[in-house]
Amino acid sequence: MSDSKISVKKLHLFYKDFQALNGIDIEVRPQHITALIGPSGCGKSTFLRSLNRMNDLIEGVRIEGTILLEGSDIYSSAVDMVALRKRVGMVFQRPNPFLMSVYDNVAYGPRIHGEKNKRKLDEIVETSLRGAALWDEVRDRLHKSALGLSGGQQQRVCIARLLAVQPDVLLMDEPSSALDPKSTMKIEELIRDLKQRYTIIIVTHNMQQAARISDTTAFFLNGTLVECNETELIFTKPGDQRTEDYITGRFG
Amino acid sequence: MKITSDTTGRVLSTGAALVTILLTLAIIVFIATKGLSTFIINGVPVKDFLFSTNWFPDRPLEEGGPQVGVLAFMLGSIIVSLLAVLVSAPLSVACAVFIREIAPFWGQRVLQPAIEILAGIPSVVYGYIGLSLLVPFIREHLGGLGFSVLAGFLVLSVMILPTIVSMSVDSLRALPQEWKEAAYALGSTRWQTIRIVLLPAARSGIITGVVLGLARAFGEALAVQMVIGNTRKIPGSILDPVITLTSAITMDMGNTPMGSLWSNSLWSMGLLLLFISCLFILVVRFVVQRSEMSQ
Repeated sequence: MSDSKISVKKLHLFYKDFQALNGIDIEVRPQHITALIGPSGCGKSTFLRSLNRMNDLIEGVRIEGTILLEGSDIYSSAVDMVALRKRVGMVFQRPNPFLMSVYDNVAYGPRIHGEKNKRKLDEIVETSLRGAALWDEVRDRLHKSALGLSGGQQQRVCIARLLAVQPDVLLMDEPSSALDPKSTMKIEELIRDLKQRYTIIIVTHNMQQAARISDTTAFFLNGTLVECNETELIFTKPGDQRTEDYITGRFG
Repeated sequence: MKITSDTTGRVLSTGAALVTILLTLAIIVFIATKGLSTFIINGVPVKDFLFSTNWFPDRPLEEGGPQVGVLAFMLGSIIVSLLAVLVSAPLSVACAVFIREIAPFWGQRVLQPAIEILAGIPSVVYGYIGLSLLVPFIREHLGGLGFSVLAGFLVLSVMILPTIVSMSVDSLRALPQEWKEAAYALGSTRWQTIRIVLLPAARSGIITGVVLGLARAFGEALAVQMVIGNTRKIPGSILDPVITLTSAITMDMGNTPMGSLWSNSLWSMGLLLLFISCLFILVVRFVVQRSEMSQ
């Protein structure tokens, strides 16, 4: 499985006494979109957040098993967290641009990672905003607060802010669940575009969304990975009864 | 008509509100009439009052007549309060960051209660501690009388610390958790998150706290009066004694005959204090309003 971008083996995650993930094994292919689906509380967001070690911020979380990013263990003690999070970026459920201008939001990452050159920053901001399909909408208001934008635009600012640090892997935690249908469509279009350059793992509540945009779908239930396969297969010929029950709406 | 508990409640709360408004108005009117009589009845030009350092309220006519210039008091108040804020603000913001971001466990269980106790200590106790520890220490180790600007603003800086800390803690607490997560997810260190994302976003609350602290320092009389020496001169260094508007009022108010120029000019100083604290409140309102607009 050397062609995997991320390879997870026997991942167990405990939150104090509660076991939130139970022996997850999954291979994530590069330049693919992998969708994680499952009912609320099934562990899909927790799993996503263990891929860039965001769970480390929560007290009482313990992890067993290995997560390899291009072959190297991201939970080994030698890992530089700053470098890891630069490579594995994250988009959150609710748009969360900082209380700064659009420009400063996007330039935040490059700046903290040491870029000072004004012209270089201008360039990064423009490319990133173009990459997030937002440039034309905000080019005239780069220096106004990002919080004045619509929800969908704010989410794309967050994606641009992420692209600006040049990550490899994009983790998306229900990125369009707080948005209206039109903004959702724009975000989905964008995600499909981004696939050419990034490995994307997206958690979604919306099964149509998973079916529309992903190449691979993984179905989580009660902290276990029930099934992971080509999206088409999952939605037409699921291999497990529970998957079929879930995607046909019998529970969830 | 049946009196329900609803109408009783409404009458009670409206009544209480009216009493508060009336009291405030009465105080303002009273201080204004008393304070303005210096200029209206005694005919002292406002300019001479505000911008002169000559304070001879009971000088006989043959020696040039009385003069009431409060510039030295005003400058004393400004110098002592500003220096207190300059010391206290960075310390308070650091405490707030510690409590919210660095060590919430110890911060919220030990540091925050300790700071709340500071807020509850009566100002006479602060003055007494300043008088018996700080003043001799300054006299022996730094020179001068010990009664000084330095003693004054150090005592004040501790007194206003709780105000600034609690406002800063509140405004840091009000920030969305998601900003912190987003900052970490971009590879920020904790320090970068605090410095670039959190503190700037909390600045309106912090500025409000600083202005309220400044207002408190400006209005504090007792503790300051006990340690600053109360010499009616503009201080040349922080080791010199100084006098403030509040300490000048408390020192003289018992010795002046009602209705005399001396007494009236003390009221004018009170009016000046009232005016300045209104100004502080306006600044706070302005800061809060502007930050609400930007969000």
